[in-house]
Amino acid sequence: MNLATSMTAAVTLVLTLALPVAAEPQQGKALYDIYCTQCHGVNGDGKGVNVPAMSVQPRNHTDRGEMSARTDEELFKAIKHGGKSINKSVLMPAWGGNLSDDDIDALVSYLRELCCGNGG
Amino acid sequence: MTLKTLTAALLLAAVAPLAAAAAGDGEALARDNCAGCHALERPDYQALGHGERATRKGPPLYYAGNKFRAEWLEAWLQKPERLRPAGVFPPAAVTSGPDGDVVDPTALVEHPALDANEARLVSEYLMTLRPHDDLIAAVTYQPGTIAQRMGELNFTKFNGCDACHQDAPGYGGFSGPELYTAWQRLQPAFIAAVIADPAAWDPNTLMPNAGLNEAAVGRLANYLKLIGEKQP
Repeated sequence: MNLATSMTAAVTLVLTLALPVAAEPQQGKALYDIYCTQCHGVNGDGKGVNVPAMSVQPRNHTDRGEMSARTDEELFKAIKHGGKSINKSVLMPAWGGNLSDDDIDALVSYLRELCCGNGG
Repeated sequence: MTLKTLTAALLLAAVAPLAAAAAGDGEALARDNCAGCHALERPDYQALGHGERATRKGPPLYYAGNKFRAEWLEAWLQKPERLRPAGVFPPAAVTSGPDGDVVDPTALVEHPALDANEARLVSEYLMTLRPHDDLIAAVTYQPGTIAQRMGELNFTKFNGCDACHQDAPGYGGFSGPELYTAWQRLQPAFIAAVIADPAAWDPNTLMPNAGLNEAAVGRLANYLKLIGEKQP
């Protein structure tokens, strides 16, 4: 394999791998804006419009330290089955009746970008 | 034929087609005046995806006949009052402020008022839209009673409804419709069905499915009855 062929192969591989990953946080952001901002805030800082009525402050998704302490599996579970499923507040509802597993994967991917600036 | 009889006959001939047309007037009025903001037919949710929710200017009305109480609908259309403190799609009316997000009142759109005749015609038409009779028929909920304190606990601590909904003016969240008048405006079976499975009614609803059993759904519905019947 000459250099040009291997470069082309490498670029194709990178593009193939990169495209779906790049699309996920974007889909995640769209879902986040629709479903999550009402409590977690338009900036994801946990200061949503519903907060004055809440007895527990929603998670600040821009807090790298807080978010790094959670695994992707925990985030997925909290979104799908609600806060109670990870021993957190009942105020975080279960979104499994509204969002598919793919939707929730996209949200988790976006949460990683929001907290830590990486794509997933 | 006297002049009087002739006049009466002519009047009758003139009035009869109008009366016949009136049954369809509600639909025409709704298509001309409501369809710009409200879905009068089921959107193609599968094709549109969740993004459809962000484009809504008004709640879907294609199942209005399964949802509303007719007398409330007719009265509200003549004197519309805001039911959703942050509008139909909250993110569109919410801005970030120094102490957190707030509703921008200038982003909220007022609902136009209809005159009494228009309101009757439109509500009569909307009440014919009943694609979810099956969901209503499956409801077992029978309205009952609940103590205020127990109802409050179910609404707040146990299920967290107050995060998005108000059970009294100023008490509760902003993103969902207020619920202190829910009993006045909604059919009891709809209340029970939508709490039990919101996405069965609206695949892009912002209302989550709390996975409640029939008894727990009944307690919440009875709480809405309790607080709703106290409203003027």
